[in-house]
Amino acid sequence: MLKTFRIGGIHPEANKLSAGKTIQSIEIPAEVSIPLAQHIGAPSQPVVKRGDKVKVGTLIGKSAGFVSANIHSSVSGTVKKIDKVVDISGYRRNAVIIGVEGDEWEDSIDRSETLIKECNLSQKEIIDKIASAGIVGMGGAMFPTHVKLMPPPGMKAEVLIINAVECEPYLTSDHQLMMEKTEEILVGTTILMKALNVSKAIIGIENNKKDAIDKFTQYATSYAGISIQPLKERYPQGGEKQLIDALIRRQVPSGELPISVGAVVQNVGTTFAVYEAVQKNKPLIERIVTITGKEVKNPCNVRSRIGISFQTLIDFAGGLPPTTGKIISGGPMMGKAVARTDIPVVKGISGILLIPLSEARRKAPRDCIRCAKCIHVCPMGLNPTLLMNLTEYTVWDRAEKNHITDCIECGSCRYTCPANRPLLDYIRLGKGKVMDIIKARKN
Amino acid sequence: MDMETKLVVSPSPHIHSGDSIPKNMYGVLIALIPAFLVSLYVFRLDAVLITVFSVLFCVGFEYLITKFILKKEPTISDGSAILTGVLLAFNLPSNLPLWILAIGALAAIGIGKMSFGGLGNNIFNPALVGRIFLLISFPAQMTTWPVPAVAATDAVTSATVLANLKFNPDNLPSLTHMLLGIEGGSLGEISALALLLGLGYMLWKKIITWHIPTAILGTVAIFSGILYLINPIPLHHPLIHLFSGGLMLGAIFMATDYVTSPLTKKGMLIYGFFIGIITMCIRLWGAYPEGMSFAIVLMNGFTPLINYYTTPKRFGEVRKNG
Repeated sequence: MLKTFRIGGIHPEANKLSAGKTIQSIEIPAEVSIPLAQHIGAPSQPVVKRGDKVKVGTLIGKSAGFVSANIHSSVSGTVKKIDKVVDISGYRRNAVIIGVEGDEWEDSIDRSETLIKECNLSQKEIIDKIASAGIVGMGGAMFPTHVKLMPPPGMKAEVLIINAVECEPYLTSDHQLMMEKTEEILVGTTILMKALNVSKAIIGIENNKKDAIDKFTQYATSYAGISIQPLKERYPQGGEKQLIDALIRRQVPSGELPISVGAVVQNVGTTFAVYEAVQKNKPLIERIVTITGKEVKNPCNVRSRIGISFQTLIDFAGGLPPTTGKIISGGPMMGKAVARTDIPVVKGISGILLIPLSEARRKAPRDCIRCAKCIHVCPMGLNPTLLMNLTEYTVWDRAEKNHITDCIECGSCRYTCPANRPLLDYIRLGKGKVMDIIKARKN
Repeated sequence: MDMETKLVVSPSPHIHSGDSIPKNMYGVLIALIPAFLVSLYVFRLDAVLITVFSVLFCVGFEYLITKFILKKEPTISDGSAILTGVLLAFNLPSNLPLWILAIGALAAIGIGKMSFGGLGNNIFNPALVGRIFLLISFPAQMTTWPVPAVAATDAVTSATVLANLKFNPDNLPSLTHMLLGIEGGSLGEISALALLLGLGYMLWKKIITWHIPTAILGTVAIFSGILYLINPIPLHHPLIHLFSGGLMLGAIFMATDYVTSPLTKKGMLIYGFFIGIITMCIRLWGAYPEGMSFAIVLMNGFTPLINYYTTPKRFGEVRKNG
């Protein structure tokens, strides 16, 4: 029996249309918009102004607090302006707009493909390097990585978990990266182990990526303390808490962080970025993005500089199919639908998914038939139909008692509901409201 | 291209399992096919007549009530009225006059279902509301059972296994006959084997979980098993209790009705346990030979309370168990 998490879960059709497609580089367009808010926490402070010359890797936004991250230019050229640009949130937020001239990199960056295994830096030096490179969680949450590497006082990491699950349907960017940069990811894992001062790391890979499991198992033997764990295909296994449960059979208690059970989870893409930052002095200026969809001409995996528009990437994959009804940044389960294609790629975008109009609309909801399927699939062991009702009737105290704030918004309930009820819409609303109430009570 | 007016923007998730209410309802109907085939073999044309008319009455009443009284979009396409019709028929004797059947269907759909607001809002299992309504209103017609056409005797009507068990224990069919369904009884309840086949199908298709049927059948088996160990008379025989009367039909198809059964697995087990206990109490010490429908409807009434007090097993409650 393959390992997996113990409560709930679903198994949506994988639809990995771009699996096995070699990572291609996207040509740099004439202009990029690099948002200053590409992470959870305070937006970065711009340190460039109109007319400034920048190179690839030049710092353009400075971290504005403990939970914040640096932003670097992904191109060389001239800063045209700092202006509000619509980003994936749908809001207009500050971005640095750069006119591209050539492709000149900062001298400090090692652009060679040579693998550097040796790392003699201290724990603190590694964390500083990761922080200055502006690395954030690249699986989608965009939480600053260096913060995760500094456990709160009294807490100690015991094991590093590398999230190579990629349980979202359609997405293949992590998978392809793992096939092409296996050793770099293993070195990155070793570096993260050093940063956390742990001797053990587990890389969790879902069983639908057998080639990656084989390749990692083969190479990992020469890296001390790293083990590869194949996992049963099950969504949302890539959820931090679910992955910890699947791999080390510990459940993070309600309201606590993974470190409370001794675990730190990093995404596999993030791990590669850590390798590049620490060993190659390369800040986070590009990432792998899957462009996919049932009617996309050429579903593919590309290496895109941060700040390139969705449109450029979609054009690369053969253009926007005329039947497109929905554009999703990320995967179909947790990704965000966007209203336009001039949105810039940011650090946390793992894929662009184009859904045909015929599948874009939701079906009309019916009355709940109390089949309890939402309860059976909830990976947090919640009662989604009850939480929806409590939100609908604004019974916040009972919503809190029934742990609405534990919801990880994976969408399994709504995916499953035979009555097409908008369960997660309501729960999200109620969760926000209850969190506000809890916050107000603490103050 | 003017995309801005065409794109759909909605919160995640953006895909759906494709599951639907009709899919579940038709799934249950497929699971009922083996039981129907047995009743066709045993009761011949009467089985078809009662089933077809029960469905027609149920669907017809639901259509008329939604259209003319509630003035809403008709909901009959969801398949639930068809299912209620079949389940009601399966709970009736095969020689029931059609006009009584019509009254039963009206009670099931009109009182049991639509008066609460239709599918999803009813408290009691509609088919059982119909059956109990008829049992109380027409006790004679509801407890006169035609002798199975395949059983070679001269009698025209017979008592059920449970009635014999209680009042005439020397006159029992063999266990094999009970398992296969060669016995007197309601249309769909006679063959335990056919009903178990249906259970297998529903578990395989993930239409229901194992909790309710197992809790009911397990409770009945253990309850009667203990009594049988103390005093081994036919009335206490666990296999007779499992294979006779409406136990299988009730445990597999009636008690598992989504709308009227508890939501959590813990709740389902409690609910099933009490259905088993109440059924056995009525069978052993009550005025009626069979108590399955009363037990289910009673526990339907307790379902909201069970839901209130049972919560799913939450993530993180089992801390660091490894």
